[in-house]
Amino acid sequence: MSDYKDYLTRQVMLGKMNRREFLGRAAAFGIAASMANTLFATSAAAQEPKRGGHLKLGLEGAAATDSKDPAKALSQFMFVVGRNWGDMLVESHPTTGAPVPALAESWEPSADAATWTFTIRKGVKFHDGKELTVDDVIKTLQRHTDDKSESGALGVMKSIKEIKADGDKLVLTLTEGNADLPLLLTDYHLIIQPNGGIDNPDAMIGTGPYKVASFEPGVRATFEKNPDDWRTDRGYVDSIELIAMNDATARIAALSSGQVHYINRVDPKTVSLLKRAPTVEILNTPGRGHYVFIMHCNTAPFDNNDLRMALKLAMDRETMVQRILGGYGKVGNDFPINDTYALFPEGIEQRVYDPDKAAFHYKKSGHSGSVLLRTSDVAFPGAVDAAVLYQESARKAGIEIEVKREPGDGYWTNVWNVQPFSTSYWGGRPTQDQMYSTAYLSNADWNDTRFHRADFDKILLEARSELDETKRKEMYRTMAMMVRDEGGLILPMFNDFVNAAGKQVKGYVHDIGNDMSNGYVATRVWLDA
Amino acid sequence: MMESGPITGPVVTDGIAGEANLRSADLSGVPAKPSPTAASGGIGGTFWRRFAFRRPLAALILQRLGLSVGLLFAVSLMIFGGIEALPGDFATTYLGQSATPQAVENIRKDLGLDRPWSERYLTWLGGAVQGDFGTSWASKNSVSEQIGNRLGNSLFLAFFAALISVPLAVGLGMLAVQFRNRMPDKIINVISLAAISLPEFFIGYLLIMFFAVQWGVATFPATVYDSMSLGERLSAIALPVATLVLVVLAHMMRMTRAAILNVMSSAYVETAELKGLGTFRIIARHAAPNAVAPVINVIALNLAYLVVGVVVVEVVFVYPGMGQYMVDAVTVRDMPVVQACGLIFAAFYIFLNMAADILAILANPRLRHPR
Repeated sequence: MSDYKDYLTRQVMLGKMNRREFLGRAAAFGIAASMANTLFATSAAAQEPKRGGHLKLGLEGAAATDSKDPAKALSQFMFVVGRNWGDMLVESHPTTGAPVPALAESWEPSADAATWTFTIRKGVKFHDGKELTVDDVIKTLQRHTDDKSESGALGVMKSIKEIKADGDKLVLTLTEGNADLPLLLTDYHLIIQPNGGIDNPDAMIGTGPYKVASFEPGVRATFEKNPDDWRTDRGYVDSIELIAMNDATARIAALSSGQVHYINRVDPKTVSLLKRAPTVEILNTPGRGHYVFIMHCNTAPFDNNDLRMALKLAMDRETMVQRILGGYGKVGNDFPINDTYALFPEGIEQRVYDPDKAAFHYKKSGHSGSVLLRTSDVAFPGAVDAAVLYQESARKAGIEIEVKREPGDGYWTNVWNVQPFSTSYWGGRPTQDQMYSTAYLSNADWNDTRFHRADFDKILLEARSELDETKRKEMYRTMAMMVRDEGGLILPMFNDFVNAAGKQVKGYVHDIGNDMSNGYVATRVWLDA
Repeated sequence: MMESGPITGPVVTDGIAGEANLRSADLSGVPAKPSPTAASGGIGGTFWRRFAFRRPLAALILQRLGLSVGLLFAVSLMIFGGIEALPGDFATTYLGQSATPQAVENIRKDLGLDRPWSERYLTWLGGAVQGDFGTSWASKNSVSEQIGNRLGNSLFLAFFAALISVPLAVGLGMLAVQFRNRMPDKIINVISLAAISLPEFFIGYLLIMFFAVQWGVATFPATVYDSMSLGERLSAIALPVATLVLVVLAHMMRMTRAAILNVMSSAYVETAELKGLGTFRIIARHAAPNAVAPVINVIALNLAYLVVGVVVVEVVFVYPGMGQYMVDAVTVRDMPVVQACGLIFAAFYIFLNMAADILAILANPRLRHPR
């Protein structure tokens, strides 16, 4: 209910809903007319965007090795840089996660969801003055689907068989039906560049609300307003400065001394200290990222479902969320999906810490001796502490967990997806299909729980091309139950994105898509002097 | 400066000079005297021996230069080997958790990582000898160009830190000797000990907390960029410079104090005292020149540290210097950058040590003919 109110308010703020429509929708949701009137007035008045000013952001995640080519963008810093200067074909809705038009005005799937036709927006200009054509879009997608490409979107794009133009329209043919294709095109690597960026991938020329004024990798990036922006509901400040600040304390110092307006990655341990500063506001947004303990279902002793169940029940999720996330997160239920996804399967019983039941399953598994858990702080912030907490809660169920701390350097190469029991992190994906296809499909590259189930694969592939939402939702429910009760995943918590801003920063959109308002923070906020 | 030679107490100064020599010998891995092969060799050896006898200083510099070049090659080989031995290569590390086998394969092939390491090393070395450090694997930018920027920033910071800390340290050291075991000496000692005991990031945080956050008088972060004026730059680096000064001050100051005190207990200083000279005059004219060798060595080490060892300070103050650049590169195994940074760092150490040795010999001529 309050989520819906937020949504309505935001629609007003974005100018996407007029008064009559607002009152109608609010009434339908049982909000009294007088209250709705006030709500509309406050949201429309209080949220009136101001233009102008110089916005400074202190961001973690930049390195001297950052590449200007959006195909190779990996860091948090470059994620925001790309959002400032470029646009994708499709964006995702900040609160519902549904696909919304960007450079593609509209789209139409075929009945089997295997052929998609996109209408490309007209009258959009690149920063160099050249007009956007369907050819630029085709070249861009081709660059990212090329087998020789180093693009981070290669995995997403490999299901596209053919890219061609039909007059002014773009036609994509897939190897198999995929009802989620528009959402896949929201991937932040897929910035549309003139001529696909083939001749000069590093030019940083796009159709975004800001032009790149200067860029020094690992240090700083500055932007100025694109006067020819095709949208009016974004790009409120005149200029933007992104400063690379990889030290958490430096970020906090910069924000509390007023040197920057916004910082990302606030350590949950220091949130309470930062809150004391009267000029600072903590911005936490629920996200899809989750911290996990992964067991290989095909490796002894984890090939025994009773042992896996015992280990799942021996996890004290509430304590994890409190201690490791400082309360900035939600408990998980051993499947990688939460209610920020469209078609989230509701009503699945929450798994809770139950030492007795864990002991029962542990005895039934016939396993004896300790279980070796490998971890490192690069797996997720506080991973080693989390492992020790887990050790404690499991001990009460009579299960001995031996925690081995591995070097952070090379953890992703030598431990994750190699050793049978380890800690890790998943960033979430735009769609349920993508999350399951990436890590739970039998032949997935990153099937890090070694979950090999033919029946699961079958449902996943069926759901992918199913355009009927009710049927699809039921399929996702079945899949969630399989992973939850038989998989090798222990998922104690989904972490919030915790950022902070000065009080003069207004209009922050809590976007469920990804961190930092899905990377759009600088283009969506304004400064209230 | 030379007047002290004939009357120097042999035991004491030799001890210090010997130590200075040992230090440089340790660092270069070869004793700082004509190598046995050169000395016992045929005609070349004879020529070298004569040259070394007539022009000991020139010979020493030439020899050290030769050694330095050899040392740089060894260093480059060690860096290359070290990175080879690290788990994970560039392709997997750069793409991190989001690496697909296809993308990894593409990057490997593109960079020639499938070739044997000796071949890659030699190709790289060929370029480096001609001053071409290649392009960064990650950002595809010219390494030489980027290093030019970063090194400039590092030197800028180091220069001002040295400009303040070296005279301050030497001055305070002499002051401490003059007021030996009295109040000023004790205060200087306590403060410098406190400063050296605190980790540099902590000093940095303290300065940020008070000067930037609480009082708002200093600039933070210390990010510098091309379009900045000199005044803005100086204001930006005030806090990091202050941190560096506090970090390196104690080491140099205490060495100055110890070295001068050492000389002060020698016979010729007693003579000077008996002549009725004032304390300050004795320290400045008679004791200090003989204590100069170890002090120069400590200063050289600290100067080298100011350029190559300030990663933590750079991170805390968000300063775009060489240290941060190299750390970023190591994290993703960006070989061309790591190699170039490593070589430049090594060159700094080698050069400063050589300069320290030469200055020590200029200050004490007896070192020209090591026994």
